[in-house]
Amino acid sequence: MPAAPETVNAIKGRFAEAVESEFRGQTRVIAPRESLFDMLQFLRGTRGFDLLVDITCVDYLNYRDAIERFGLVYLLANVETSERITIRCFLDEPDLTVPSVTSLWAGADWMEREVWDMFGIHFEGHPDLRRILLPDEYTAFPLRKDYPLQGRGERHNFPVLRRDQS
Amino acid sequence: MAVATNPQTGLPDNVMVSRLDALANWCRKNSLWPMPFATACCGIELMATGASRHDLARFGAEVFRFSPRQCDLMIVAGRVVMKMLPVLQRIWQQMPEPKWCISMGACASTGGVFDTYCVVQGIDRFIPVDMYVPGCPPRPEQLIQGIIDLQDKIQREGTLSGKEFALPQRQQRKRALVELPIIGQ
Repeated sequence: MPAAPETVNAIKGRFAEAVESEFRGQTRVIAPRESLFDMLQFLRGTRGFDLLVDITCVDYLNYRDAIERFGLVYLLANVETSERITIRCFLDEPDLTVPSVTSLWAGADWMEREVWDMFGIHFEGHPDLRRILLPDEYTAFPLRKDYPLQGRGERHNFPVLRRDQS
Repeated sequence: MAVATNPQTGLPDNVMVSRLDALANWCRKNSLWPMPFATACCGIELMATGASRHDLARFGAEVFRFSPRQCDLMIVAGRVVMKMLPVLQRIWQQMPEPKWCISMGACASTGGVFDTYCVVQGIDRFIPVDMYVPGCPPRPEQLIQGIIDLQDKIQREGTLSGKEFALPQRQQRKRALVELPIIGQ
């Protein structure tokens, strides 16, 4: 269900620089990085978006018409009114830092860790920003488009056990 | 009642002559205790193989133990990622000799369709494998056939002291550590 017109108008009234669009019944708002946290806090506190469905990221490297490299995506839902809204925020290298929203939704903890693990987006104020899926000693961010699909040797850099060693 | 004597050997008829190696192999092959290293959908077929319809107990291999110290057959069922491989190697090292390994399914044997940065392209690059079971996933009949073939192998070349594990051809890696060219790079 798209966001209610009152929600969209409230966002537009409070954040003049937000760009709103609708595509196949889904409301999307592009937020500048400076007002990202304020907008999410506003939606959480005033508009009742109490469910953070997901945080994910898109790497637009070599993508046509793309200006910034990374697109951070927040999917929110209001359980009371069944409204859903997508907040997007574009980031470019070298400054890949956004404020953490763990203070708004506790469930953002592992989602932000996954985005950090796969894309290397740094969430400032996160209580425990470690890798969540890959081993701690991993050095790359594998879902970035400039990372080779077959890796850089991580999958075969292990000792080989022979019969007499085991 | 007296037992008759075999005229050829001079031994009573209730005495059988064999090699000690053959006796040990016969005991070992009919009491394989599998270590289920099930990481993916092959593990479901592995469970089906142990369950009542296919009944691995018919071949003496039904005692799945979840401690490697009590096992002598590791069945690697499913894809192994680079985070899991050190665990796999440690479990393999914890198993007591003599021990064997079955690589079950396309993913464990070759990486399958998962030619990505984290999936190990065949466990035989890093641990010794005795039998490969093809399939995606293999049916329980295929796994049972693999276990029967492994039993034949144990009976054929096993020794009491495990000397066959020290043979040069057993020491060789099955596959070279050569990476395929990266597509599109």
